[in-house]
Amino acid sequence: MGQKVQRVEDQRFLRGLGRYVDDVAVEQDVLHAAVLRSPHAHARIIDIDVDEVLDLEGVHAVYTYDDLVGPMAEPLPLLIPHPALTHGRTQWALAKDEVNYVGEAIAFVVADDRYIAEDAVGRIRVSYEFLPPVVGVDAARAAKHLVHDDVPGNVGARLEQNVGDAITAIAQAPHRLELDLTIERSACMPMEGRGTVARWDPDLNRLQLWTSTQSSTGVRAAVAVKMELDLGQVDVITPDVGGGFGVKINHPWPEELLVPLAARALGRTVKFTEDRREHFISSAHERGQVQHIEVGFDDDGRLQGLNVEFWHDHGAFTPYGLIVPIITSTQLLGPYKPQNYRVVFESLYTNTVMVTPYRGAGRPQGCYAMERTMDAIAKYLGKDRADVRAVNFIQPDEFPYDQGLIFQDGRELEYDSGDYPTSLEKIKALVGWDEFPAFKAEMAAEGRQVGIGLACYVEGTGVGPYEGAHVHIETSGKVKVATGLTTQGQGHATVFAQLVADELGVKFEDVEVVTGDTRRMPYAVGTFASRAAVMSGSAIHLAAKRAKEKALKIAAEALEADEKDLQIVDGVVSVKGSPGTSIDLGTVSVLSNPLRYAFDEASKAATQFSVGDPGKPPVAEDEEPGLEGRDFYSPERATFASGMHAVIVETDPETAEITILKYAVVHDCGHLINPMIVEGQIHGGVAQGVGGALYERMAYDESGQLLNASFMDFLMPYVTEIPDGIDIDHLETPSPLNPLGIKGAGEAGVIPSAAVFAAAIEDAEGIAITAMPISPSELFTLRLENS
Amino acid sequence: MTEELLDVRLSVNGHTHEIRVPARRLLSDALRHDLKLTGTHVGCEHGVCGACTILVDGAPMRSCLMFAVSAEGSEITTVEGLANPDGSLGHVQQAFVECHGLQCGFCTPGFLTTITAGLRDNPTPTHEEARDMIAGNLCRCTGYQNIVKAVERAAELGAS
Repeated sequence: MGQKVQRVEDQRFLRGLGRYVDDVAVEQDVLHAAVLRSPHAHARIIDIDVDEVLDLEGVHAVYTYDDLVGPMAEPLPLLIPHPALTHGRTQWALAKDEVNYVGEAIAFVVADDRYIAEDAVGRIRVSYEFLPPVVGVDAARAAKHLVHDDVPGNVGARLEQNVGDAITAIAQAPHRLELDLTIERSACMPMEGRGTVARWDPDLNRLQLWTSTQSSTGVRAAVAVKMELDLGQVDVITPDVGGGFGVKINHPWPEELLVPLAARALGRTVKFTEDRREHFISSAHERGQVQHIEVGFDDDGRLQGLNVEFWHDHGAFTPYGLIVPIITSTQLLGPYKPQNYRVVFESLYTNTVMVTPYRGAGRPQGCYAMERTMDAIAKYLGKDRADVRAVNFIQPDEFPYDQGLIFQDGRELEYDSGDYPTSLEKIKALVGWDEFPAFKAEMAAEGRQVGIGLACYVEGTGVGPYEGAHVHIETSGKVKVATGLTTQGQGHATVFAQLVADELGVKFEDVEVVTGDTRRMPYAVGTFASRAAVMSGSAIHLAAKRAKEKALKIAAEALEADEKDLQIVDGVVSVKGSPGTSIDLGTVSVLSNPLRYAFDEASKAATQFSVGDPGKPPVAEDEEPGLEGRDFYSPERATFASGMHAVIVETDPETAEITILKYAVVHDCGHLINPMIVEGQIHGGVAQGVGGALYERMAYDESGQLLNASFMDFLMPYVTEIPDGIDIDHLETPSPLNPLGIKGAGEAGVIPSAAVFAAAIEDAEGIAITAMPISPSELFTLRLENS
Repeated sequence: MTEELLDVRLSVNGHTHEIRVPARRLLSDALRHDLKLTGTHVGCEHGVCGACTILVDGAPMRSCLMFAVSAEGSEITTVEGLANPDGSLGHVQQAFVECHGLQCGFCTPGFLTTITAGLRDNPTPTHEEARDMIAGNLCRCTGYQNIVKAVERAAELGAS
């Protein structure tokens, strides 16, 4: 632990031997699916004519809503219900009577290859009666038209939380400010889109499903229910996943149900691989919010009361409940003590693709609201922006600190540990905060404009309910580890092997980790909320500990030694101080499983005439055969990582081009398992943050058409847009909540981006920045408006 | 209507393959689905992301923008052909391991082929040239920091 160990998975990926979902069953004669998607944002379906489809050679089946029966004909599950979600709505696997966003699935075609399937989709004729589309927060709030006839005001949910009496506190505060902020939609945009392969095995009466998901067990449960199968008849295997960033936590996608439906009906392996346009219009987006903030504070900038209202655009459906706006409303507080806090949000329907978590999952918006407020207070008081933040920090001796709110997991928002003053000192040093005014003056003398921004965040990571792990030491001495959550590039096969090697005393190379395969670990939740290292890491550590305890017990008997005198080094159990008295773990594994039948030289040692006390049962009453350990980790609540970002930007006085001169990150995720991987996560998060702050947006027009649904028009950053070097400093404040003292690290890099860039650009320009992302042309327009 | 099939001879990583495909079959699909060489990935299908980049007669090309029939007679190299003859990783691949130049690995084959051609043309790139070399490929995981380092490390390995 703590070592920059090179990744084991790289060997496979670098040789072109990764196995992503579109690579599955490539050797077989599989059928390919394509989907007819709504070209309209809001319309009633009058008729669907599929007559010409089956005439096409190579087409095997076409499905519309009318072909669905039983649970498959019911709406998709509302995955995370909440009492405040009074008007939750989910779509059908195939549209029933009405379409509510461009991209909604209407028909599903299965053919010999994708080309023919797309030809067939082009032959389907749908008659629509157009309905007025609702696009954007303003239109949703105005509610001149409704997305769903039975949802008044387009309001899916309204949730308010209070700590103290913010309204009175603000009224009585020495100073008051109000801010109105907006932030637009972006999306996860993994390089690999969604995909599913299914094979029905009539001999075993069993379904095998490969899908590019962040929750194998979630898909398994949903598919079993929808297809009226026993859970035991469904295996879900998550192969290599080409990035997730949140979008693949949604399940089941319509295709995750339709592919196995067709596979069973046709008796053939069926594959669906979405294309990039489909990913843009029919997966999920995030971020879009409108915020109104009222704050009261004293002469030092200390918060007296904070009242936040925001309107969250959740798109046409709410399968993922209120997770994103709840996270915004709670994580908004960051490292600060608001004294009195009121937050209320409305989660609104629009005729656009649904909104579900994207890396950061509501935190970037919350951080944006809070940090813009801190900057506004500093500006109002004429104080240093870092000083205003410092007076509001929760202090290191105040942990655990209960913010008095209910978090996304239904538990109290109680921070476990942290050291925000030290982080602030580190970020100031790293970015050169105190030296910046001199630099700014120097640049101004050259006719150049620069600005600096600072943003702080706290991130609840490692939410429950649980993860589990299974550690099996085979008779070869090799260790096979399984955990149920999935992997999308985080290097789990490496970091989890590090944990097992450390705990068990085996060679790192001898440990093999499998994730996201329900055959190997059927109990699991999924990969989201920066939880894999905390949850599965802890479970794997505990499971390895159990395997080790068992190994030592068996070895002690074999070596006629006391367990306490034994050590395990490089897979060999020996008596401390007398290395000659030893037994390797492979042999211990042989002995752990009393045999009747020998199958090789090693196993002879465990047969009935070779081993065991004839006066005792071969397997003791409270034991099981096999050298295995299984355990689960289920913490009371999340653990809270934190960090601070600072950026220096230059804005071109003529063109308003925004150039990043320096980007600095101070990051505290407790103990680091593999610093190389943590830094990689930060790099990737920062890059997505740069994209979200300066380039990416979902350009819906008023009719609900997504105008930039391609990589040509959606400006995802290339290397040319990303800073050349990201300065990173770590602080390691361990979590008291798990055995390894770790906190999550996956999302942190992206959380402060909108806030930190808005601050830096505002500092460079002297113009209030209240809408993100911001492009050079928007900055240019702002200059004109403010001149 | 039955689609007309065409005989195509593809030379990939030193091996010759004969396939019968429709004229509209993309080279990326032919490599992946007909030749079963799934190391080449498709990220956008319109030539922007670079994940499907292969070497055609040594030049980096987007295989999603070529038809299989148009590759007849060309020497193609895919990611599966980048390791050394003894099976060890080539310089670019080795540099990616050392520098943590990949996370999910989906865009990686396109970077490896692009950099292989780039370093062949310019074996000692400056830092700016190393950044330029990868400026046409998208990666959503790494923030490119370690891919730039990998270009520079691969150049070092190539020089030693």
